[in-house]
Parts: sequence; C-alpha cells; structure tokens
Amino acid sequence: MYPSRFRYEAPRSLEEAIELLRLGGGEAKVLAGGQSLVPMLKLRFASPEMVVDINNIAGLDYHRVDPDGTIRIGALCRHADLENSAILHAHQPTMAAAAPVIADPIVRNRGTLVGSLCHADPQGDWASVMIALGGSIIAQGPNGRRSIPVADFVKGPFQNVLAFDELAIEAVVPAPKGVVNGGYLKLERRVGDFATVGVAIALESSSGVIIRAGIGLTGVGGTTINAIEAAKALIGGPLTAESIANAGDLAAQGAQPRTDHRGSATYKRHIVRTFVVRILDGVVESMERAA
Amino acid sequence: MTSLNEEVFPEQASDIPVRTVTITVNGEKRSANVEPRLLLAHLLRQGFKMTGTHTGCDTTNCGACTVLFDGKPIKSCTMLAVQADGHDVMTIEGLASASELHPIQEGFKDEHGLQCGFCTPGMMLTAKALLDVNPNPTEDEIRWALSGNLCRCTGYQNIVKSVLWAAVKLRGQAAN
Repeated sequence: MYPSRFRYEAPRSLEEAIELLRLGGGEAKVLAGGQSLVPMLKLRFASPEMVVDINNIAGLDYHRVDPDGTIRIGALCRHADLENSAILHAHQPTMAAAAPVIADPIVRNRGTLVGSLCHADPQGDWASVMIALGGSIIAQGPNGRRSIPVADFVKGPFQNVLAFDELAIEAVVPAPKGVVNGGYLKLERRVGDFATVGVAIALESSSGVIIRAGIGLTGVGGTTINAIEAAKALIGGPLTAESIANAGDLAAQGAQPRTDHRGSATYKRHIVRTFVVRILDGVVESMERAA
Repeated sequence: MTSLNEEVFPEQASDIPVRTVTITVNGEKRSANVEPRLLLAHLLRQGFKMTGTHTGCDTTNCGACTVLFDGKPIKSCTMLAVQADGHDVMTIEGLASASELHPIQEGFKDEHGLQCGFCTPGMMLTAKALLDVNPNPTEDEIRWALSGNLCRCTGYQNIVKSVLWAAVKLRGQAAN
C-alpha cells in the first residue's frame, strides 16, 4: 500500500515546525512515532498535503518528574521509554501499568504518548490513563503556549482541539497531593489488538482516606469515558469491600459498550466491573503492605 | 546512486520533490532518491534489492518487515524511507558473516524454529535486539519480546527454543 503523495518536511526546531504548520493551513499532519499516522496514510484515511516530521527536533524525547511531583512527557518520548522507566515505576503506578500493554513491543519502540493522545482514537489506552490522572497537554503555537486538560482535548473520534498551527509538545500529570496508587488493566484478544476493555484508575490518599480519584474507560464507548460517578463514590473514605463493589457497579453503568466482534455489551460491562474491583483490590493490598 | 522513483512509482509525475536519503544499511552507506511517500520496507526490497525484509500484513500487525533501526526493532512498513535518512538500519542480510551462520540462525536451524520461513527475518532481528540487551533471557522474556512478531506455522514453541539456544551459544562465545 502506498500513501498519497505529500510534501515532507523535517524541521529542526519547534518554531520552524509551527511555521510549517501555519503555512500548511490545515493541510499538514505532524509525524511523531507514526504508528497510527503511517497506517492511516497507507490506507488513505489521511491524505495530507504536507507531513511535518518532528523527529529531528532535539530535546523532545524526555520524561521527568519535577521536584513538586509533576510528571512531564515530551512529544518524542516513546512508549518503550515509559515501559522501561524507573521514574514511572517509582512515582506513577497507573502509567507504569499501562505502558507495557500499549500495542506490541516493536510498535512501542516508535509510538509516542503525546502522539497517541493527539490521534484521539476512542480505543487508545493513554487517553483513559491521562483522564484518570487529570492530565493535560501543552500546545505551542505562533502566539505561545497553552495548557489543555486531556478531558477537554478530544472533540470526537480522531479529532482534537488543536489549531492547525499548534503542536502538542508535552503531556503533563499534575503533582499529587496524597499517596499515589492505581493501575491499568486491559483485555485484548491478542497482543497488539485494540482493547476489548481497558480500565485506568488513579488514586491519591491521605492516612488511608481517598482524597482524589479518577477512572478512565477504554473501548467501551464512542469516546474515552470519564467514569466520574464511580470515581466520586470513592472520595472521602477508605477503600472497603463495599466501596470497591459500588465503584465497580457505577463504572459498569457509566460504560457505553456496543456489541461487536470483540464481545457483547453485557460482557464488556462485566469486564469493566471486574477490572475496577481487581485494580482496587490490588491497591488495598499495596496500601496494607506500605502501612 | 540508485534512483528509485521510476521503479517504484512508474507513473511518477508530480511536483513533489524527491529527496536524497543516505542510510547505513548493514554497515554500508547507501543513498537513494526517494519520494517522501516511499516506505522503508519498499526502499529496502525494491530499491536496494534486499528482499530478506518481508512485507506480510502491511498493516503494522505482523512484524515480518522488522528491521533494526539504530539497534531497535521497528516495523519497516510503518516508517517512511525519508525518516531513515542519516540512521543505521540492519536487515536480516546483515546478520550472518559471509561464511558463517549467526548463532541466532543456527538456533533456528537446530531447534526447527521455522517452517515456511516468512516471519523468520523479523523473528531473528527482534531476537537479536533482545539478546543484545539481555543475554540471558527467561522463556517469558523471550515470549514478551517476540509478541509483536506473528508466526502462523510453528505455534512459537520452537522459536522460543531457538532463541534460548542462541542465547546459550552467544554467552559461550562472549565467555571465550
């Protein structure tokens, strides 16, 4: 399969990249890892006039924790960097759990977290994780930078709110105010398939009481689902068998799965409930170990 | 310098400029004029006539087109040839020396790690990348590393054994 013809540019700076996007006037696409864009070009689901390859821009391949606990992921940080990240293993269990189950190991060597968020596939794993974490995207355009919460970043399937001359340069996870816990579970038919169901949970607690909770659901709706009711139900108390079961029920109710070749709607709801309970049971265990 | 455009895109008639790329393929610098839309897998196969890199699914699923890009496995059907400009690419043709099989190839031979052979180049290069960073992998680690390479013949068992075999041999060589 061959993509349609396009002009290729490989800028060396953010400013140059943004200028190219401006000149492209909405007919340019940004190429980072290319693990979604190149297949779309080949299938001609995307036929941009220009491809702006940002891989030659230095200084975007980082991920780090600021002294206050804020986590920052640059636009060229690959899934594999996050999978092997000591930083995530020490500081961010939800992301650490998700990184190894993105796509397959070879795709993870190229694909990027920021690119995945921009691609805005309702089946994308990172969107659920970032929604659970209350994360945001830093976009840079001709007039400077702005921060966009991931929850507001996606307009619809494969559509984000970036202006045509804006480039997503970083994903940000805000500094936690309590002890961080959480996880990500994904059911897939085989490695590399899209999620049948994915559940991301991010918690912060203080003396065993949950002070912040976020739950994101992958693959069970036309867009990534922010299971607000289920998350709210966890806040203000400790995790108990009752509160965990309740959160599982609320998340399953919040899901909007459709019956397809990956399973029936009923089955998918059941998996949502099971995964919520399983992740939270795991959190209880790790909190007990820590105490 | 190889000119590919006529060959790969015979209908070529466009105002989009071709770009000259220079790629180190198996240690040797190769240049070509390519259209931006040319995929790395096609440059290797049609341009450089290195047909060891297979295109299987052409949809980023199967891993038959895996090559090592700056030492790491990538799917060459999912990278533009222009993106490889200035980079180091290793294909299956670069694995063995002229007269001797690489231990990974020996392992696949000894442990019957292939039947039809279509997935084998990708399997071997992914295995090489694993053994480069982890010379003593467990069976689980091998299965994990190879999980982006699909095989429809073997059921994977003998592929895993082949990589274990190669790991032992390579460790032996390193010790000597």
